[in-house]
Amino acid sequence: MTAAPATILRQHLIDPEICIRCNTCEETCPVDAISHDSRNYVVDAAKCNLCYDCISPCPTGSIDSWRNMPADRAYPIAEQLLWDSLPAQIALDQGTEVGAGDTATDLPDDVERIAAASTAGQGGTAPPPWSAAHPYINLYGIHAPAVATVSGNFRLTAADASSDIRHIVLDFGNASFPVLEGQTIGILPPGLDANGKPHHVRLYSVASPRDGERPKYNNLSLTVKRVTEDHEGKAAQGVASNYLCDLKKGDKVNVVGPYGTSFLMPNHPGSNLLMICTGTGSAPMRAMTERRRRKAAAGEGGKLMLFFGARSPGELPYFGPLTKLPGEFIDMNLAFSRVPGEPKHYVQDLLRERGADVARLLQDDNTYVYLCGLKGMEKGVEEAFTALCQANNLNWNALRPQMLQQGRYHVETY
Amino acid sequence: MSIDYSQKIPNNVHLNDNKTLQRALEHWQPEFINWWKDMGPDGSQNFDVYLRTAVSVDPSGWAHFDHVKMPDYRWGIFLNPAEEGRKVNFGAHKGEAAWQEVPGEYRSNLRRLIVTQGDTEPASVEQQRHLGLTCPSLYDMRNLFQVNVEEGRHLWAMVYLLHAYFGRDGREEAEALLERRSGDADNPRILGAFNERTPDWLSFFMFTYFTDRDGKYQLCSLAESGFDPLARTCKFMLTEEAHHMFVGESGVGRVIQRTCDVMNQLKTDDVAKIRAQGVIDLPTIQRYLNFHFSVTMDLFGADVSSNAATFYTTGLKGRYEETKQTDDHLLNDASYGVLEVNDGKLVTIQAPYLNAINEKLRDDYVTDAKAGIERWNKIIQKAGIPFTLSAPHKAFNRKIGPLSAAKISPAGQVVSEGEWTHQHLHWLPSAEDRAFVASLMGRVAEPGKFANWIAPPARGINNQPVDFAYVRFN
Repeated sequence: MTAAPATILRQHLIDPEICIRCNTCEETCPVDAISHDSRNYVVDAAKCNLCYDCISPCPTGSIDSWRNMPADRAYPIAEQLLWDSLPAQIALDQGTEVGAGDTATDLPDDVERIAAASTAGQGGTAPPPWSAAHPYINLYGIHAPAVATVSGNFRLTAADASSDIRHIVLDFGNASFPVLEGQTIGILPPGLDANGKPHHVRLYSVASPRDGERPKYNNLSLTVKRVTEDHEGKAAQGVASNYLCDLKKGDKVNVVGPYGTSFLMPNHPGSNLLMICTGTGSAPMRAMTERRRRKAAAGEGGKLMLFFGARSPGELPYFGPLTKLPGEFIDMNLAFSRVPGEPKHYVQDLLRERGADVARLLQDDNTYVYLCGLKGMEKGVEEAFTALCQANNLNWNALRPQMLQQGRYHVETY
Repeated sequence: MSIDYSQKIPNNVHLNDNKTLQRALEHWQPEFINWWKDMGPDGSQNFDVYLRTAVSVDPSGWAHFDHVKMPDYRWGIFLNPAEEGRKVNFGAHKGEAAWQEVPGEYRSNLRRLIVTQGDTEPASVEQQRHLGLTCPSLYDMRNLFQVNVEEGRHLWAMVYLLHAYFGRDGREEAEALLERRSGDADNPRILGAFNERTPDWLSFFMFTYFTDRDGKYQLCSLAESGFDPLARTCKFMLTEEAHHMFVGESGVGRVIQRTCDVMNQLKTDDVAKIRAQGVIDLPTIQRYLNFHFSVTMDLFGADVSSNAATFYTTGLKGRYEETKQTDDHLLNDASYGVLEVNDGKLVTIQAPYLNAINEKLRDDYVTDAKAGIERWNKIIQKAGIPFTLSAPHKAFNRKIGPLSAAKISPAGQVVSEGEWTHQHLHWLPSAEDRAFVASLMGRVAEPGKFANWIAPPARGINNQPVDFAYVRFN
């Protein structure tokens, strides 16, 4: 055993090679943590409260630089002012072996990048609900992943639907891989990419509740859409999604994680869930809904309201089982954007239609909002919230930061 | 300060509460869109462009990214939040509460300031309208269009002020802003630099680095204005302006990077060999720099200017970082150094500070512009190449003010007419230089691919990978 490692600080820095000294960050920073001399812009680690206000206004991306440092060895301003380029990440003392592998002290770069992009819509990660269970994170790193066995792979979408969305069950055998609803896991596709490098980690939200897809067994499920075209509609085979969708029962999969300390569900009695999702963004919503369903008898939680968008009923993952849930358990609202002969309908339209009920939920301090799906939905949903609040004498712009701060508003988009 | 997107014109100024103003602006809106379709980016109105749109003016909301068609971009009216108890911070009215309405006696001067600023915005869109056809990558094309739509929004910002505070005159000026055309012999844009052509991407990057930086300094000094709506408008515009300078600084930096890479591969500084590889030699980059720097110097106006003194004394336009200056903010007895040619030499004489306000802003700008040139030099140093880019003297190649009568070298020496004629092709881009740069321009429109004469950027936009489809063609 080595001595307990010092607290690791995720130190916020500015990349002097990319910064153009436009002063926007210094102007924006609410706690005056950013300053400059004639050479560099720098961040005072003692003042920075990681509010992320400076991140989106930066035109260059230089502001979005981070190094994990022992808290007592954070780079002081005087040193940062002399930099021509960022120092490399120093090797941190690894924790002693725990359980099954390299208990990584820092997240893989891919995971950090994806997490940052997916939460950018809310200005970085928000705190979790106060009554969320404590998550385990980063138990398995890319150098020593957990190995799971496929115990099921089913198509969720109708046979004639244009998208192939699958429900994949992974069994961890005797390996410890505890997850909570809303967390993600990383998949390492085998083989090398075109440049001869290992493939990037791909993140997937867990679609099953914490006690497993099949309760009392050490397993979890994922919702995976087979990617066959890029955003422009050109043919493109998604490496990880095709790998996952083609898996057979008994195949072995390398898994890293789990990740996520923010997009978690509240567990206290009377806590309401307002869930808004499209496509495979339904995975965490399914996990939370299923958790609530299993615990319904125990009286855990309050109201559930779901807004779920897909192209057509046949493309709605979990369409069958979802529609069988009783109305008193969950208030379900489905929007379809491409049903022949019907006008396009999006989740934001439904939100507006149900404005009064949504507003009533928003006024309850025990309501937690979750938004998951394609990035494009964020803006529409924000606009719908603004409009429906206005119509019901609420002020979304005042409410939103308050909810973010209280861990009651969570966005994960891709 | 949320922006109401459910209205025809997105805004955070409660436009809904002022029906007359709303109607006037809604009348101007289709004219603006027509102008955009006529004079905006050529042949690209149907592309889906990964653009940044403000959804609120606070840090979390003002950088919202999505693919949109440019004519559908939500141009609107956004002002920074009002600062409670804000005062006029300089000039004769120092200490009075900042004005929420236009003081009658300053009406025409203020209108002139706003029209001059407003005129530059559509002008640069017009100057750059053909560049999309020769973009070196999708990433650069997207950056160009982002600059263009934000210039369009800056026009909206100024037009709002004209409509809201200047009545009929203001409405007429707003229409004239859509009628003048960059480079038009009969109805040109107001300022000289905005009638120059932006024929190639090196010019574009130089323009966004040098000329948009003039924009930054003008906006900074207007953001100090005693007329509060103008100050708040300009504050928000500055946040957007930073992107434009980023495009310029990183664009030129990437051109330099690519040239250095090729020079090191060939182990040569022979201009002909470097050009034969299809990259832009460093001396040509220096000449482009000299040109854009000197043209921008003129934008600050005459060295000694009674107009500038009036604008300052009456509290309409301050200095850069006015409130951080430690003097009395009245400047009645102060002096400031300006240049003049005396006895065949450039000498600094002391002029009344109030009359030298333009010169002060020009000097602040020069310091900032030089810092970026030093960052370009670091790229060259890192490549181990013995070459240094430098800013020309601020008196070089001037067309406005008393210095325009003299011929001054980039090093600041007064030279004879004959020597200028002999030397100026070493100092400014020749027709041949421009033809060479133009010969490199050709559209590269595959994600992740870059033209041969420019290096890829270090990072993508909004954390997206460099090979992201920043523009989708339909």
